[in-house]
Amino acid sequence: MNKKQLIIIFSLCVFVYACKKSDVVEAQIQTFLGFQKPANFPEPIYNLAANPVTKAGFELGRSLFYEARLSRNNTVSCGSCHIQSSAFTQHGHDVSHGIDDRLGTRNSPPIMNLAWNKAFMWGGGVFDLDLQPIVPITTHEEMDERVDNVMAKLRLLPKYTAMFKNAFGTEEITTARMMKALSQFMVMCISSNSKYDKVIRKEAGVSFTPQEQEGYTLFKEKCASCHSEPLFTDGSFHNNGLSLSPVNDQGLYTATLIATDRYKFKVPSLRNLKYTAPYMHDGRFLTLDGVLEHYNSQVQDLPNLDPGLKNGTRLGIALSDADKTKLLAFLSTLNDEAFINNPALAEQ
Amino acid sequence: MIRFKYTITLLLSSAILLICSCKKSEDVTPDFNESNLAPFSVEFDNIIGDRTLTFNNTTTPYTNAAGEKFTVSMLQYFISNIKVATVDGKEYTVKQDSSYFLIRSSDKATRFAKVRVPEGDYTRLTFTLGVDSLRSTMGIDKRTGVLDPSADHDTGGMYWGWNSGYIFFRFEGNSNVISDDVNGDPTGKKQFKYHIGGFGGYSAPTINNIKIINIDLTAAGIAKVRKDRQSNVHLFVDAMKVFNGPNSFSIAAHPNVMFSDYSVNIAKNLTAMFRHDHTEN
Repeated sequence: MNKKQLIIIFSLCVFVYACKKSDVVEAQIQTFLGFQKPANFPEPIYNLAANPVTKAGFELGRSLFYEARLSRNNTVSCGSCHIQSSAFTQHGHDVSHGIDDRLGTRNSPPIMNLAWNKAFMWGGGVFDLDLQPIVPITTHEEMDERVDNVMAKLRLLPKYTAMFKNAFGTEEITTARMMKALSQFMVMCISSNSKYDKVIRKEAGVSFTPQEQEGYTLFKEKCASCHSEPLFTDGSFHNNGLSLSPVNDQGLYTATLIATDRYKFKVPSLRNLKYTAPYMHDGRFLTLDGVLEHYNSQVQDLPNLDPGLKNGTRLGIALSDADKTKLLAFLSTLNDEAFINNPALAEQ
Repeated sequence: MIRFKYTITLLLSSAILLICSCKKSEDVTPDFNESNLAPFSVEFDNIIGDRTLTFNNTTTPYTNAAGEKFTVSMLQYFISNIKVATVDGKEYTVKQDSSYFLIRSSDKATRFAKVRVPEGDYTRLTFTLGVDSLRSTMGIDKRTGVLDPSADHDTGGMYWGWNSGYIFFRFEGNSNVISDDVNGDPTGKKQFKYHIGGFGGYSAPTINNIKIINIDLTAAGIAKVRKDRQSNVHLFVDAMKVFNGPNSFSIAAHPNVMFSDYSVNIAKNLTAMFRHDHTEN
């Protein structure tokens, strides 16, 4: 083999290598996997067949999620009260802080694993994710805007007419399209890569510490009846014995007018608690210690108190200090750093 | 013999022809055929007691059975699932996607529910006051036109976002009997607001204020639906019945009724609003 031949072969190799590399990069850009159900999760509840997640739809939804024009004076977006670094909650605010510094009456819940939710809002009332964004857009303390007016604002922007065309085939902006795009973004906000998930999926080299394992056992014994795995909520509504607040929020009752629903609130997931303080529907507990002590000693015997929180005359769930330490160790395995740092879910 | 046969045949043929032509000039009821559709409309003519509906007529307000004087600023309601029936019981239900109407008294053009039904003579009209529970739980793709939830609530939107559902009947106005405190209208505008809805709940049974209205057309004129005409059933819709229906109440006692247990009483009153005045064929 002479020098010339060697050069030719070398050049060919470089060429082939370069081709391969750009193919890989290309593939990464081109391949949008859409909605992927985590292996340890059940089938989603959201009707994905009626609104399949596409790259263009997801990207439009993401733009809308971070679009301040959804509010009356273009100052508040969904992302204002649902901040990714706080697992899409408004960390540090007991109740959400909306337009013109108005305050709501409830704590901003996480945008997380919503495809598995059968009811929305702390007090229910909304049963379809596609209908949910109408509430914050039109609520006085949140965005205080009209949905038809939001669409009128979006229609003036070439960015959006182009994105709607990419996502839905034409430039037309309708309520259904706007809501479906927002849903496409929200169902993609999946938190399924906590240490717990990796242990359950038996991913290589991941296991609970003895303390976490003991906490897991305690959790299954004392908490799992409502905070059921793997979503850590059964999606139902319960009265967990919180003392009545001055605003007398009656929870699920407001939406159903059924007396036995009074003071029942949706069971929140226990995922990502590290990022989502404060806790409860009105954000009254600033720390998890406060939450655990509530269950240990502060449960109030109110109408419709969950039967699981009343054993004879003993209210709540007995938790020793050692139990609490173990539970907190387990709960910390539900924090999902990959979720709060996922660049695809961030404002672009 | 042959000649006799010929005469008989001729006579018979003439008789048949004569009968046929007689029948034709008498407007025979067409055979009921679900694909033979013709225009049909129901007109919702809003009135208040013995008077026509006028907005904010403060110089000559209306008076209810409780003796309270009031004026009206908004009256609108959903009509859906229109069905007609013939005297011999043949029924036709208008295709659901074409059967949702929002009657807004501020816009005269909305007073007609225009549909297509098979040619025929109809003695009974049935419709829903409100939006049926099935449609109330459908996906957002099915919520177009008058069902689009994007309409602004303050200016007449008929959708509750916080409790996903439609307002079936919305009636607002003013009365001096309304107090200025939290039991009345704390803004001092002395407004009454009746927003009646509730489709029965998505997963657990809740209040159901969907009302099915049946109207017998025999007394005031059956609807003769034909392709070459516009048969129109003209109804009077008496909003005074909101107060003076079977569950009569006073504005002062209940100036605001929305999604609450009391709304069930008012919803019952709403069924008494519809009266068949005449039919234009």
